[in-house]
Amino acid sequence: MISLTINNQLHEVDVAPDTPLLWVLRDTLGLTGTKYGCGQALCGACTVDVNGNPVRSCSIPVSALAGSQITTIEGATGQAFEALKQAWVVLNVPQCGYCQSGQIMGALALLNSNSKPSDADIDTAMSGNLCRCATYVRIRAAIHGAADLLEANL
Amino acid sequence: MNANVNPGRRAFLKTGVMLGTGLTLGFYLPTGMLRRAQASSEIADTFAPNAFLRITPDNTITVLVKHLEMGQGVYTGLPMLVAEELEADWQQIKVESAPADLALYGNLAWGGSAQGTGGSTSMGNSWEQLRRAGATARVMLIAAAAADWEVDANTLRAESGYVIDSENDRKASYGELTAKAAALTPPVEVDLKAPKDWKIIGKSMPRKDSLEKSTGQARFAIDWSLPGMLTALVARAPRFGAAVKSFDAEQTKAVPGVKTVVQIPQGIAVVAEGFWAAKKGRDALTIDWEGGETISTDELFNRYHEWADKPALVAAAEGDADQALEQGVHKLDASFEFPYLAHAPLEPLNCVVNLQDDGCDIWAGSQLQTLDQAVAASIAGLEPHQVRVHTLFAGGSFGRHANPTSDYIAEGVAVAKATRSLQAPIRLMWAREDDIKGGYYRPQYVHRLSASLDESGQPIGWFHRIVGQSILAGTPFEAMLVKDDIDATSVEGASNLPYAIPHRRIELLSTRVGISVLWWRSVGHTHTGFATEVFIDELAVAAKRDPVEFRRALLTEHPRHLAVLELAAEKADWGSPLPAGRGRGIAVHESFHSYVAQVAEVTVQPDGRFRVDRIVCAVDCGIAVNPDVITAQMEGGIGFGLTAALHSRITLKDGAVEQSNFHDYLLLRIDEMPKVEVHIMPSEAVPTGVGEPGVPPCAPAVANALYAATGKRIRRLPIDTNELKA
Repeated sequence: MISLTINNQLHEVDVAPDTPLLWVLRDTLGLTGTKYGCGQALCGACTVDVNGNPVRSCSIPVSALAGSQITTIEGATGQAFEALKQAWVVLNVPQCGYCQSGQIMGALALLNSNSKPSDADIDTAMSGNLCRCATYVRIRAAIHGAADLLEANL
Repeated sequence: MNANVNPGRRAFLKTGVMLGTGLTLGFYLPTGMLRRAQASSEIADTFAPNAFLRITPDNTITVLVKHLEMGQGVYTGLPMLVAEELEADWQQIKVESAPADLALYGNLAWGGSAQGTGGSTSMGNSWEQLRRAGATARVMLIAAAAADWEVDANTLRAESGYVIDSENDRKASYGELTAKAAALTPPVEVDLKAPKDWKIIGKSMPRKDSLEKSTGQARFAIDWSLPGMLTALVARAPRFGAAVKSFDAEQTKAVPGVKTVVQIPQGIAVVAEGFWAAKKGRDALTIDWEGGETISTDELFNRYHEWADKPALVAAAEGDADQALEQGVHKLDASFEFPYLAHAPLEPLNCVVNLQDDGCDIWAGSQLQTLDQAVAASIAGLEPHQVRVHTLFAGGSFGRHANPTSDYIAEGVAVAKATRSLQAPIRLMWAREDDIKGGYYRPQYVHRLSASLDESGQPIGWFHRIVGQSILAGTPFEAMLVKDDIDATSVEGASNLPYAIPHRRIELLSTRVGISVLWWRSVGHTHTGFATEVFIDELAVAAKRDPVEFRRALLTEHPRHLAVLELAAEKADWGSPLPAGRGRGIAVHESFHSYVAQVAEVTVQPDGRFRVDRIVCAVDCGIAVNPDVITAQMEGGIGFGLTAALHSRITLKDGAVEQSNFHDYLLLRIDEMPKVEVHIMPSEAVPTGVGEPGVPPCAPAVANALYAATGKRIRRLPIDTNELKA
């Protein structure tokens, strides 16, 4: 049994220790907002927050996560997340939508470390998150929009 | 979350409803609706005047969409048509996917021959159908209120989900009228609203799926789950056409969580509790494969170039191209190369199959529902009507889910059949490596072009020969789209070259190679658009004319091409000077009855590396039903086209694909995405598609911009920056 704190809830899971976090989230716990895209940390669809950092859950074994605070898209909260959600919806960012959980978790990590990112900051922070529909123009705009919302609320 | 779902028991309630034609046809209520309906005591009061919408007493209007939502916006654009004629409030519209049912939901653009989504036909084939569905319901709701209030229906009007009696200052919500409306016979004829009265069509209504897709709540097939479900991964042939000679699953069976290993026609399936156990189990298999393709990419290109020298079948011809080519003062020749391309939707292929003795339920991002249904039925030994296809969101598709062989569905059903003794639903999953390596690809092509100009720089002869595999050969679409051995999708965009060149001949050699191929977002236009638009640019240069001016003079008979060309040029400030190292290029192309022009601006380094700074796009897709969705599809189409221009290539070595994941099959990243400006032509023409037409002009516009910046012609994709070195 491995103990995991996910979205502020303690879970005891009985899985092989080498199981990537992604598959515990999806197959064991039914938290399907986090997506599988490549299994090799190449696309970012599986991005979750671990202790305040964006992590590719497809490539980290659960055995390395005992004692960690894990947040998935389902458990994301706070001003920055609300601002991102609002900006994403207002700008109709998603097309197929499959990568968007990972995009938002990546954007959340960015805003948490840099509340007013430039285009270049966004490109650097988000270049590991692939979108096959190429919603990049709107992702960029939505991150700026969320930053503006955050600023207006302060 | 799915504990209440029991599809084996009674997933569908079949009722008889009257359609406008007077025929009584089966009308299926999908599972989700049934569950809600069972919780409500008012199911009898549901008003379902046709197969596309249903109104319940709680004022919810559910629109059933027969097309797959894969990102292109059909769950928004199609309900808008219903809502407009129904005079509904956009907020009360909910969307559900329609079940597989050819009689009710066939694609009218395909003559109703299949239910499916492709060729950018969703809006066009639904335009009349869904507006009529909405109008029929509106007329019946008004009639119900008129009967109730004992007034003439002509004194009533419908607005924002209410029937309003202004004279007597009263109104009734649609929800209040459902029971009475349901008792009426639908009218045979209905009047549709005049465009000047539209309140929803033409507006950027917010996407219905934005919130759920921004919070991780949207349900893709990969997220579907049933109690006791097992996950299957299939080990497929490493070389196309290879077969299993023998296999050893001893180590696989020792992996905790692995339930069984079965051989199916497509390979060896490992069935386990969850993806990870299935993957570890598959990795532990030892399989001896025999036979199969041995071709390599270079060899195939060499062969194609040889064949491109030889006469082929004539797909289109006017005048005497050979003579015109001889008589020209300037003659130009060029060859183009295009690689195999994988679709690589970010959600890998998957489906959930629950096979029972008397039926089969399939959850998938199904893009050809009735073909998938038929293939599943034949494998399962059932009748098609016993197979219920539940269409969920697809995490991208770009054509990949519309496979005439229903490949991943067939695998899912084959595994379910081979593991019936386990009595478990099966989730069939492809790993990313399976998607890149095991594919159905946009075919590899070689194009050979020649053209001639007279002494005034006017083009007089045009010759275009295309060599590559037919996508449609051997599929159910062959009868419709292959005539005299010419696959229309191989030459589309080339055989109908819009430019006024009097003598022309377009030829096709359809090759036979043992590599499975499939349509890929914008199909033939992915290569014909590039070859024709780059070559016409070469003609403009040879004629010493400006590329826009040169095209303009040749498009006088094609006003819609001309209009987008001029709009894009104007908005891009065509002709204004650019600093050294920068260049501007244009391309215009019609596909799927929509017209798109794009101007690309690039900055090139001396070492050949370059960046696409900006793309200005003009689109004419008829009536712009939802301008924001159109804009999004142009942005996305440009990104998709740019991916192929900059990065993507599937290569073969000894019959096996060399790429496997996103480290060697590269997709465009956010730092490579240019600024995009989209301009929509006002139009009163019937709306046409936008999912694909944004793709074809992008790569040629970029290549033409690179020429403007460097003087080097790009004739192979993806672009090799070595060819651009100063």
